[in-house]
Amino acid sequence: MNQSLAKSPFAIRVEGVSKRYRLGERLTINPTLRDRLVELTGRLQRRGRQVEAEPLWALSGIDFEIQPGEVVGIIGRNGAGKSTLLKVLSRITAPTEGRIEIYGRVGSLLEVGTGFHPELSGRENIFLNGSILGMSRREIAEKFDEIVAFAELERFIDTPVKRYSSGMYIRLAFAVAAHLEPEILLIDEVLAVGDAAFQKKCLGKMGEISRQGRTILFVSHNTAAMLNLCQRGILIDHGQVRADGPIEPVIQSYLRGLRVATPWDLRECREREGRGRVRFTRACFEDGNGNPLEQGVSGRPLVIALDYEAEDGQPLPNCRASVAFYDGLGQTLFNCSSELVRRDPLDLPPRGTLRCRIPALPLSQNQYVLTLFLEVNRQVEDWILNGIELDVVDGDFYGTGRLYPDGWRGKGVLVPHDWSIPSGDDDDD
Amino acid sequence: MNQKDGENRQIPHLVIEAAQGWSPLELGDLWRYRELFLFLIWRDLKVRYRQTALGVVWAVLQPLGNMLILAILFGRLARLPSDGVPYPLFVFAGLLPWTFFANALGSAGGSLVGSTHLITKVYFPRMIIPAAAVLAGLVDLLISLLVMGGLMAWYGAVPGRSLALLPVLILLTTITALGVGMWLAAMQVKYRDIRYVIPFLTQFWMFATPVIYPASLVPEHLRHLYFINPMSGLIEAWRVALLGEVKGGQFDWTSLGTSAVVATVLLIHSAYTFRRMERHFADLV
Repeated sequence: MNQSLAKSPFAIRVEGVSKRYRLGERLTINPTLRDRLVELTGRLQRRGRQVEAEPLWALSGIDFEIQPGEVVGIIGRNGAGKSTLLKVLSRITAPTEGRIEIYGRVGSLLEVGTGFHPELSGRENIFLNGSILGMSRREIAEKFDEIVAFAELERFIDTPVKRYSSGMYIRLAFAVAAHLEPEILLIDEVLAVGDAAFQKKCLGKMGEISRQGRTILFVSHNTAAMLNLCQRGILIDHGQVRADGPIEPVIQSYLRGLRVATPWDLRECREREGRGRVRFTRACFEDGNGNPLEQGVSGRPLVIALDYEAEDGQPLPNCRASVAFYDGLGQTLFNCSSELVRRDPLDLPPRGTLRCRIPALPLSQNQYVLTLFLEVNRQVEDWILNGIELDVVDGDFYGTGRLYPDGWRGKGVLVPHDWSIPSGDDDDD
Repeated sequence: MNQKDGENRQIPHLVIEAAQGWSPLELGDLWRYRELFLFLIWRDLKVRYRQTALGVVWAVLQPLGNMLILAILFGRLARLPSDGVPYPLFVFAGLLPWTFFANALGSAGGSLVGSTHLITKVYFPRMIIPAAAVLAGLVDLLISLLVMGGLMAWYGAVPGRSLALLPVLILLTTITALGVGMWLAAMQVKYRDIRYVIPFLTQFWMFATPVIYPASLVPEHLRHLYFINPMSGLIEAWRVALLGEVKGGQFDWTSLGTSAVVATVLLIHSAYTFRRMERHFADLV
């Protein structure tokens, strides 16, 4: 099948593609009325002499070629330009420079449920969403039953989607998306959302699609899913291709790239309490081998290294140190305190580095805030509230490739655990 | 099922290049997305009539209510002339196209900004968003036309042969609404303040158009200027088409022709402006 596909020399060819944003273009999210008035007067004054804002190159000089039938993962940290690349490829935004050639119908899935309307029924939304994703009405009608069955929503198909639970909503959205059958499929992070059983179903569907000789470009942070699905990886950093080749080494160099030190200089920090004769001077993260880290990875070792210094150069007896973790909303998650894990108080030299080691980071992808605490001889010396931030990316905490259970959308703390099941003879109780 | 596709479909070949300045309209692309266009109109209508308790009744009440207020204010109190037609009939005949036009500017103007989730997530010719917003208003226009029929029956007014021109007038009014609406939609992506300008614009525009008064009130030497406003010639023509027999008037072919030319030029200009600005919608919206 697909003889015509085999004839095209490539599926996608990207040559020297750059994308420039003028800073400030994306800044006004939800301006208030007052902002608008200020903006209005500012705008009236500026009219005529357009100020050339400082440009930001989201992509600069991207080159690659993708063969028909390849499944390619695009990785990179936040803001590296991955999503911009997909947007340019799917014609949502135009490149500033360069040229792209594409053989085949492109389906882009930058978000599931695009264009879903809460007032419309499931049936109506399938048609609307399918049409937005580029399916013809006939095509949708042909696949309709299949889509409904895939979503397992037969009974609710004529209910307005505003009455759906979030799980049902996502299932329906995925189902439509999964039945998109263009030659080239661009997917952004959709599998990161919810419902693992359904994700598996979708992964299966994607595998099936790729076996049909279709080309898939897949952007994600989820390295586990990528290893599973892609043969080739392209690593993007600062808008440039940093690595391109078999998926495993590309993922490895991505993870290595995360190890860039961001030491916090705490000398100038003002948000602190305590007597202050001993101060934290510097904080940074390290991996298990002492290499500096910029982001934590769930399930991997994380070391918080804290430099401290006593003003008077005297040794510090009877000390207690702790690092408390909060989520982005300021909720306390847990506290790693020396007094919990060591029988005796710490006796410290006048200056040095304290290291708090977490063998398997029990946090899922998110940003966290850390509070640092140091007490000497029952006297609080330094207490830095929300002093440093920790950026965590999803990793394989449980060794199963899964971090969230079916239908569970909460993110936060991961706890190692185990389940035992009744052995055969217990069954009769 | 895929085999069937593979056999009889040519692989589309697409080239994306950095572009600057004016770009072609790509009408073929618009045609390819006609189904989505119809779906968007269908969604607008479905949602609008499903959400409101009174549904379709609003389409009747809005122009009828406006007509009553205007008839009392300008017909009774100010005693504006109405070319010998009962003032309520006169004003309603003008309000029909005007309400369609004004609503079209409002809904088309905000349509792109209100479709952020689509524009930043999926490709399609952006023009179909404001166009769908304008065309969805045609249903309201048709409903009000029925009300107009009832009103004419009440006053014993019988439309004449001139009624045959009505489809042409609906087309020209739609073209004008598309021209202005698309331009406003594109501008609103760049300048959010346009949203606050549109109500002023429509109000001001209404007074510059013979909606509540006849064009015959405008001094002769200003007429040619007055009819550069495409809505002026159109609304006068709407009245003749609907009330020709009562009014005994003739089509003013010059002013109608002017309207047609201005409306078409407006549409072409704003279509090109739209294409030019379209590239940055996803970055700005």
